[in-house]
Amino acid sequence: MDNQTLSRRNFLKTSGMTGAVLSLGFYWPGNAKSAKIVNAAEAQNFGVEMNSWVHIDTSGKVTIFDHRAEMGQGSYQAVPQIVAEELEVNLNEINVVFAQGDNKKYGNQVTGGSSTVRGSYKNLLKLSATAREMLIQAAAAKWGVDKAECYAEGGNVIHKPSGKRFHYGELVDAASKLEPPKEVILKKRSDYKLIGKPLRRLDTPLKTNGSAIFGLDKEIPGMMYAAVERNPRLRGKVKSFDDTKTRQIPGVKHVFKVKMGVFNTYREGVAVVADSTWAAIQGKKALKVEWDDTGFEHLDTEEIYKRQREALQTQEGLAFKKQGEPSEIIAKAAKKIDVTYETPYQYHAAMEPLNCVAHYQDDKLEIWGPIQAPEWVQDYISKEMSIPKEKVILNMTFLGGGFGRKAFMDYPHEASVISKEIKAPVQVVWTREDDATQGPFRPGITYRCEGVVSNGAIDAFKVKMAGQNNAHWRGGKKDVPNGSASEGFLKPYMDSIKNLAIMDIPFETPIPTMWWRSVYASTNGFAYESFLDELALEAGKDPLEFRRAHLKEERLHKLIDKMEEVSGWKNRKKGEGFGTAITECFASTVGHVVKVSKAPNGGVKIDQVWVVMDCGWYVNPDTVRAQVEGSVVMGLGAATIHEVKFKDGMAVDSNFSTYQMPRITDIPPIEIHIMENDADAGGVGEPGLPAFAPALTNAIFDLTGKRIRRLPFSLATV
Amino acid sequence: MAKITLNINNKEYPLEADPQMPLLWAIRDLAGLKGTKYGCGVAQCGACVVHLNGEAVRSCVTKVSRAVGKQVVTIEGLSATNNHPVQKAWQEIDVPQCGYCHSGQIMSAAVLLREKPDPTDQDIDDAMAGNICRCGTYLRIRKAIHLAAEMQKKTSQG
Repeated sequence: MDNQTLSRRNFLKTSGMTGAVLSLGFYWPGNAKSAKIVNAAEAQNFGVEMNSWVHIDTSGKVTIFDHRAEMGQGSYQAVPQIVAEELEVNLNEINVVFAQGDNKKYGNQVTGGSSTVRGSYKNLLKLSATAREMLIQAAAAKWGVDKAECYAEGGNVIHKPSGKRFHYGELVDAASKLEPPKEVILKKRSDYKLIGKPLRRLDTPLKTNGSAIFGLDKEIPGMMYAAVERNPRLRGKVKSFDDTKTRQIPGVKHVFKVKMGVFNTYREGVAVVADSTWAAIQGKKALKVEWDDTGFEHLDTEEIYKRQREALQTQEGLAFKKQGEPSEIIAKAAKKIDVTYETPYQYHAAMEPLNCVAHYQDDKLEIWGPIQAPEWVQDYISKEMSIPKEKVILNMTFLGGGFGRKAFMDYPHEASVISKEIKAPVQVVWTREDDATQGPFRPGITYRCEGVVSNGAIDAFKVKMAGQNNAHWRGGKKDVPNGSASEGFLKPYMDSIKNLAIMDIPFETPIPTMWWRSVYASTNGFAYESFLDELALEAGKDPLEFRRAHLKEERLHKLIDKMEEVSGWKNRKKGEGFGTAITECFASTVGHVVKVSKAPNGGVKIDQVWVVMDCGWYVNPDTVRAQVEGSVVMGLGAATIHEVKFKDGMAVDSNFSTYQMPRITDIPPIEIHIMENDADAGGVGEPGLPAFAPALTNAIFDLTGKRIRRLPFSLATV
Repeated sequence: MAKITLNINNKEYPLEADPQMPLLWAIRDLAGLKGTKYGCGVAQCGACVVHLNGEAVRSCVTKVSRAVGKQVVTIEGLSATNNHPVQKAWQEIDVPQCGYCHSGQIMSAAVLLREKPDPTDQDIDDAMAGNICRCGTYLRIRKAIHLAAEMQKKTSQG
């Protein structure tokens, strides 16, 4: 199994392919939503470069390109498992290669929004079935039989009446000369042999013997190592620096000022280039830098939240969604609920700190790294460094976690600038401290939720959010509401709640913010699902029954039925410590039930977590479960430990000694159920996260009567 | 800088290194074995765990000079064919997600299994609490260690 990235030119040679090859790829005419499947000859006719998604050579070996980053979520498994199904080959005979960054060839390559499978599976199924049909057609022609008498299995085409067979390798020459059929029949879900099965991940063996190449493991000939002392304030500059001591450290070769882009602003630092990572880090520590921190506010966390709370009391905000007369009903109501929920800034904390290898040459810039968004990096660097985009070559490695942070352009940009300066390839290594303190972070958001219930149902529902909008950093308009203001909230509520408003109060700070796993659903979900619990209580209703009554959709009722069934919800006793929440995120709906009890030494203990995931069509149930397990653990950290605090414009916690991670000792039993239905595929990597925190705090309310409205909180002292 | 020789995975590596350099960077940058990972640099996360004369150590805070004359084993040298019981159990349970922390997890678990061939959950907590996994694979790590113990028993009996 090869995890190297290869260019198309080197590909045929390196992958050991000889002779004729059947290659199929996609072509997106204009902005068409569905791709057209093409072979090499047709690609030439269209004047497009073949993206060569699936290759079969004369030995029958199948090689496919994974167009997305593998950061733990399982694209390296899901993409081949989809292809093998319709191509009728064994999964372990597929060679997976990471595609280079090239959105003209591969379409959208940004690994985000839990979109790898849901965004491409229909095309991949069709492509694979097309290749299979061409091979069958080629075999039938060789035998001079009707292709209806032939079928494919295990990398062979078999003539049913005679039992004669060709392996795919014997057919690729003939098949590659055929025109791809316009229509192919895809298998029914009930006929799948691979999809839907808990098959072992193809990348696991690489990750148990140290052979998987992550960004930090990439080495190219002549490569130097660099560490950068960046301004500890999020947008600061360098005034001057003294590198006397740095230059005395053996191995240090260059010291110079460097500037990297942070969206449309810049952050400055001093780069130390050396012949080992250690020497570079030592050199960085020995620097004396005077910073220029003028021109932006040096904020404290409490000041941020204070402004958010004030804004929520004094401003109405921009309407993301407004229907009926929620404000009027709330104003007139004899009894209303008016509460505020607060969620903190979060650090992504991928285990692999940021790093990037860049090699700037006269005619091109080549980059290797753990990168979630290759095309954004290409666009950004092309513009910043005046290099044609096609000369910015992006090679993907495995990512040691991403969670949104590695979809950002600063670290590849900085590495490229350093390589250009030293005229040599360089790997820039961020220390954990750099990674933890320099953002971008998930924004901390405060919500004001107002509501009225009557006759056991919601009469008026009004929520306002005040927090940074990630879109602003990417050039988004500031006079429009946050487009993700309802993320996490189940859409059918908007049908049943006639008087509803979801408002966004524009809010800015100098702190760069970025996606963090499940993005706004991770904060909205806590506010909206806690609030629903409060409304259910006010209405005197069971929290799940209350939700069911407001969700008029059969698929959701089935999910709630399942949640009740697996958790023993209906048999629970009052005050036994059960809580629930349901959120939607990236086209999947996930319900959590959490059970808590009083811990022997005070505080609260989580006894059990049940998760029901409805992600529609899915590839590998074990991957789905793994992603949900991980989402619960990340959600647990976010709810009960994590908060990025700022003091005087700087992030305070810089390593795992103070920004503590959940450990093996902290993890409750987690039981996961996947709904079976024929709906389109939803996301898998992120949707399991948002409902955990509100289900937990709702459970704590059930047990103790204490309503938690601010995250994080401590389980030990609640 | 000093000339030193490290024995890593039963192979001699003559190196030129600052004696203060952490073993981690000598293994990665000088010996070129990239399986051992940098996670925190302050012995908080366990991504860098290697065996030094059979003991699990945090190579990010272990000076390279301490390893001279000793046997260093890294993830690459744990077994010849990726078939140590811990590796096999990790594959069977499909423990890793991103996989970055698992070199360290596996090296910690291997020492645990040698010391306690039939570990309880408490033993696993005690041995593994120093290894962080941000993807949250902890429940699978626990399950895989129990499975590895079973596999190890069968091998020693068979």
